[in-house]
Amino acid sequence: MRHLTPINKKARHIAETTDQDVVALQGGPLTTPSGPHIPLGCTFVFSPGWETDASGGTAGLCQPVERDLFDCHITCFWPAHVPDLYNYAPDWTGKCASAQKDWRKIDLIFP
Amino acid sequence: MTLLRRGEYHAFDADGAPYVYLVPSAGVFRLDDTSVAVLDALGEQDLEPNELVRGLSDRFPVSDLRATVEDLLNVRALRLVDRPVEAPVASPPRKRIPLTTLVMNVTSKCNLACTYCYEYGEDKIVEASRKPRFMNEETARQSVDFMFAESGDSPMVHLTFFGGETLLNFKVLKSALAYAKERAVTLGKTVDTSLTTNATLLREEIIDWIVENDVGVTVSMDGGREQQDRFRVFSNGMGSYDVVLPNIRMLLERHRRRPVGARVTLTKQNLDVESIYRHLRDEIGFWEVGFAPVTTSWQRDYAIQEDGFEAMLGQFQRLADEFLQYALAGKHHGFSNVRDTLEEIHKGMSKAYPCGAGLGLMGVATDGDVALCHRFAGSDSHKIGSVTGGVDRGKQEDFLMKHHIANKTDCSTCWARPLCAGGCYHEAHTRYGASERPNLHYCEWIRRWTDTCLQVYGTLAERRPEYLAQFDA
Repeated sequence: MRHLTPINKKARHIAETTDQDVVALQGGPLTTPSGPHIPLGCTFVFSPGWETDASGGTAGLCQPVERDLFDCHITCFWPAHVPDLYNYAPDWTGKCASAQKDWRKIDLIFP
Repeated sequence: MTLLRRGEYHAFDADGAPYVYLVPSAGVFRLDDTSVAVLDALGEQDLEPNELVRGLSDRFPVSDLRATVEDLLNVRALRLVDRPVEAPVASPPRKRIPLTTLVMNVTSKCNLACTYCYEYGEDKIVEASRKPRFMNEETARQSVDFMFAESGDSPMVHLTFFGGETLLNFKVLKSALAYAKERAVTLGKTVDTSLTTNATLLREEIIDWIVENDVGVTVSMDGGREQQDRFRVFSNGMGSYDVVLPNIRMLLERHRRRPVGARVTLTKQNLDVESIYRHLRDEIGFWEVGFAPVTTSWQRDYAIQEDGFEAMLGQFQRLADEFLQYALAGKHHGFSNVRDTLEEIHKGMSKAYPCGAGLGLMGVATDGDVALCHRFAGSDSHKIGSVTGGVDRGKQEDFLMKHHIANKTDCSTCWARPLCAGGCYHEAHTRYGASERPNLHYCEWIRRWTDTCLQVYGTLAERRPEYLAQFDA
């Protein structure tokens, strides 16, 4: 946390909790479980799924891996590898109500 | 594509630096230039992160902006529109909170006749006529037993004597305290004692007892002669100032081990906070002075009206500023309203309930009925048990559900709710006839006062953090 300075006790606690999350993802073992990790988009908060989950393993990865693709589509403004859904493929996910169940229905997009 | 939205926080400046007070976490963070710019640029609108970052990219490096957005999201000063905000749920504490303070109303009689008295004055809720006027020794002993029984594994309990005029029942005070000390030794606990008095009956024998037993004393007093004698009168109308002054001087001179505080009731007619403070702190020598607006229904002659609250705030702010200057210089200042709030800010308290009433604090009426607090003690409709029968857990839980901050819809958008949580139940009961109602008549006042205290806090955190270390214990 570089842009905010925790001042009171609660703020320090919040900062520690947040920092701890990042430490875990860097590979350090967690001594206490920090509760469920909620992916918030890969560029804002490190979204587990690409390499390791919050505990450093792979068992808790977003599943299926296609979920990662969907994560970028929904929460991420980074136009990495999702189709351009404003101009060419607005209905890209039209048949995919739930990523976990319907990921097979996501259309292939040919530029 | 997701949008960013302002999270819940109150921005304030202290000593020239920008801060946010986060709600409901009650975390206080200092902002840097980038984070101020991000929050300002977003304002009240919803923006795509890209757009937000692009708009500021001529002033800050993009990587810094992204990291700032991430930081702000982490502490929830920002949120993503499509992530639902968790709705607060009223959930009483999962573990039973031990009783740490028992307030014993040892008598409902008073030798003064202050018209504004919430206890037995015009707005009283206590059915005093149907209850014994004095608590007897047996009930007092049972109250002590109740206190220890309810204190769970807490190593320390606070026993507070209250009234009426507490000292009218000195005999029972003496025996109750002796018994409490004896029980404490047997149980391996510590008992801390305090009392509130109008000081009219303080005499040498009583002061000896106070000193000997290390009893904390709070004196109800309204200021100088003119201020005191306006409402704090004997039943024949005679003012009490000249009676209490020599007693208080004797107490202050003899009772050196514990700070003696004054507690002032502010009314429409008595709002000169600064002169009251000067008199009580500087001239009489109280260690600290706490102020509270009179609890009353709005139509009473002494009820503080809108303009009165405004005037009171200005004076509170000036005294708070003086408090800050003293604290920066490492000196004690006796304006206890600031100190209490600073401690709550420092700890980051985010309250589900405005106070400990019905949880860690309860009040006992003269007949042994247990109520939420001393202000409700003796009111049958607020009874939650008795010292012989224990706490009615059903009633307690019911009370806790009904009064939880999550059920105070009016408070759900207020940034001051972590500290205020709707305010005093008794005040709400007097004003609106329902203890679960938030005290809407002083919301704006509370917000501005909290803002003042946050500024004092930020300045101290920056310039004299060692002052705040006292709250770490």
